Amino acid sequence: MKPHVEVKGLRVTAGGKDDSAITIVEGVDFTIPRGGVLALIGESGSGKTTIALTLMGYARSGCRIAGGSIRLGDTDILGLDEPGLAALRGDRVAYIAQSAAASFNPSKRIMDQVVEPALIHGRMDRKTAEAKAVSLFKALALPQPDSIGNRYPHQLSGGQLQRLMAAMALITGPELVILDEPTTALDVTTQIEVLRAFKHAVASQGATAIYVSHDLAVVAQMADQILVLNKGRVREAGVAAQVLQSPTDDYTRTLMAAARPAPKPAPAVPPAQAPLLEIKGLFAGYGKVDNTGRPEIPVLRDISLSIAKGATLGVIGESGSGKSTLARVVAGLIRPASGAVNFDGQRLPGGLEQRSRDQFRRIQLVFQNADTALNPAHSVEEILGRPLRFYHGLKGAAQRKRMAELLDLIRLPASLAGRACSGLSGGQKQRINLARALAAKPDLILCDEVTSALDTVVGAAILDLLAELRRELGLAYMFISHDIGTVCAICDDIMVLYGGTAVEIGPRAAYQAPPFHPYTDLLVGSVPELRAGWLEEQAARPAPPAIGPALDGADLCRFLPRCTARIDGLCNQFTPPRHHLPGGSDILCHHPEAVN
Amino acid sequence: MAAPPTSRESGNAFLLILLAKRVASGLLTLFLVSLVVFIISGLLPGDAAQEMLGQSATPEAVAALRQQMGLDQPAAVRFLRWLAGLLGGDPGFSLVANMPVADIIASRLPNSLILAALSTLVAVPLALTIGITSAMRQGGRLDRALNTTTLAMVALPEFLIATIAVLIFAVELRWLPSIALVPAQGGFLDLLRALAMPILSLSIIVVAQMARMTRAAIIAQLGLPYVEMARLKGVSPARLVLVHVLPNAIAPIVNAMALSLSYLLGGAVIVETIFNYPGLASLMVNAVTSRDMPLLQACAMIFCCAYLSLVLIADTVAILANPRLRNR
Repeated sequence: MKPHVEVKGLRVTAGGKDDSAITIVEGVDFTIPRGGVLALIGESGSGKTTIALTLMGYARSGCRIAGGSIRLGDTDILGLDEPGLAALRGDRVAYIAQSAAASFNPSKRIMDQVVEPALIHGRMDRKTAEAKAVSLFKALALPQPDSIGNRYPHQLSGGQLQRLMAAMALITGPELVILDEPTTALDVTTQIEVLRAFKHAVASQGATAIYVSHDLAVVAQMADQILVLNKGRVREAGVAAQVLQSPTDDYTRTLMAAARPAPKPAPAVPPAQAPLLEIKGLFAGYGKVDNTGRPEIPVLRDISLSIAKGATLGVIGESGSGKSTLARVVAGLIRPASGAVNFDGQRLPGGLEQRSRDQFRRIQLVFQNADTALNPAHSVEEILGRPLRFYHGLKGAAQRKRMAELLDLIRLPASLAGRACSGLSGGQKQRINLARALAAKPDLILCDEVTSALDTVVGAAILDLLAELRRELGLAYMFISHDIGTVCAICDDIMVLYGGTAVEIGPRAAYQAPPFHPYTDLLVGSVPELRAGWLEEQAARPAPPAIGPALDGADLCRFLPRCTARIDGLCNQFTPPRHHLPGGSDILCHHPEAVN
Repeated sequence: MAAPPTSRESGNAFLLILLAKRVASGLLTLFLVSLVVFIISGLLPGDAAQEMLGQSATPEAVAALRQQMGLDQPAAVRFLRWLAGLLGGDPGFSLVANMPVADIIASRLPNSLILAALSTLVAVPLALTIGITSAMRQGGRLDRALNTTTLAMVALPEFLIATIAVLIFAVELRWLPSIALVPAQGGFLDLLRALAMPILSLSIIVVAQMARMTRAAIIAQLGLPYVEMARLKGVSPARLVLVHVLPNAIAPIVNAMALSLSYLLGGAVIVETIFNYPGLASLMVNAVTSRDMPLLQACAMIFCCAYLSLVLIADTVAILANPRLRNR
């Protein structure tokens, strides 16, 4: 049987039409049978999105489809003119973008945008289209399917928008759906629901699909076939199970290894040392602080933790859980409303103004996105020279010597010093970002999602570097991440934040097996495993049991609305107590022996 | 900030509060401007009494006239009296022209408003068309041609444009009158014919600024992911710009327009002079030369009022176009 999609010798170039053009995709061939799902995997710059977009005859600004052939059914896509392509896009081929939050028009209602493809391609009248949209909203398990279309994008969450974008793609009943990293921007607990909804919706329409991702575990759940890409070329192609279980290409193996970082051995910390950072009963947030020390909009509630010299604490939680706020409080960017932050036995002043230069020096913050944290107009030399001058008064030859040491420390050649930051790769920039913090010779580094914006292979290398630096320099880290795998790889102790409370805190070993706090359980259980069929095995979570109304004004468990183990009359009435589990961690829960 | 409103009513209430704040700050600005206008006009050398009696008048005669005109009273009293008059619709009495300021302005303001309104009607659609077209053809030949033209239009001094227009249309071709007199009788077409050249001159100046701002605002949007998404839905280029991009670019566009259009009233002085058009701007210049303080102050307040109203309209449009503010 003729395959539904056939791509032969695809070539995409960037730059001019002449010899100066750079080839970004070369010699890519693949076929997809009708109803099949092909995954394109690779790191950023591998050309996976570029290839996916050529299926719609589209090349991003500055790029050009320079050769090859693309056939969809009986249509030669590269032979179509602009109106022909416009008729194809959004009708026969639909696209689900990575960031739904940015890909919806902020000033139009969701419904207008969802039905637009059906209307402009003349598939149905508005009434029919809206009815179909509502039925898709239901199929995608969206809340309030009848009225959600009246909202604007800013009124919805990332997970909801991603599913609404799927509805927009499926409204015309396309024969090919392109999913471009559709769950990368989502929390892991949301991702599992969205994946399930996507898989069901695409399969029930019998559409052929192309799934673009860098995450092998996600791909394992979605794809029949896998195409591994690197620098615009195919490294390995085959049936999903074969590629995942017995990869033949070295690059695929590297990707597999990076996907699940191995735990880094912790250096032996001398026991019973005085803590370097100690936080007791911290409340922080925004707005006015009342007389009990609670801010108007609390972000962090009653946080207590301690980090010993040279130790690493992982802080994990979903977006909005307050993990970045915690780092900002320690760094002095946000004043705590109440509670104490002690550093090396001394009370740390709340605001930046009262802190001494030495206190600044000893606590350094590394931001998630080196692209925005480093001034693109500055050279590496200028970026590293600043803290050297400011904290250590180094100038001239002494400064150059220290800079060379720093670059050596982060495993970059000293010749990089004169380069502008804008010319560096993502991994190099993140290393410079780290070196900027190291230049101060700190005792504690606050790492805020430092590997999240990086490719898995590059991110794994940064984790290795952090572990090495810790051994060599005796640094302590507060390592903030949304990815439990990353945190488990590098941290001695792990704190799980939910809604600004520490629901579980304990040594890394305690997170290897249950029992957990119910939220930790959800978090651990939502991380996809690197094998096909995992998603199907995860039964949809049961709805939380019905409970009476929550007692007004009580300081209840923050996880109560989503908890499947909640107990009526207890969880909705009383503040949860702290329990010590046999595994070694403390949880904030009414269950004396935690679930599972 | 108030607690986040949930229902539509509270959203509207929020909107009303937001707009009320804008109006209140506009009124406050107006008051401060009136103070500044009053103080500055007091700083000009000489006063109306001196001006009326001439250089050869005896100091006693000037002092007597000052007392008669109330010019010897403390500044605060004069300011409050003047402000109360303004609020009551009576901006005072022009001693130079020997008639109420309100009457002088009533004879000139309609002329200015007609010229500004007609210029707006020509300039705004033209600017939008040029801006949108060149944004859609960004980098293309048409875009470059329009860019060069608008740049040249911004660079050319208005008296040059007006003079060249007179030379071509009035002197050489004899199509249009060189003096723009509003015909007492006659229809709309006569009016248009009389005002064609002032409108042309004024439009050329403001179109260029507005078109360039429109182009920049639209191009800023074109690189955003939602535009790519719309393209990948198969949306046509015209629909893309008009339906998807324009609502998101409207706030910077209307703000640029408010700034440009405010020029049509107060900045029209050169055009009014060249075409001998009886408008408000030339009236104000005359008031300065003849030390006619009540008239000068009234004109300044009108221009300021017009400017603030335009900015207020632009703010309102920008707020209404933003669903984050309109629909929280």
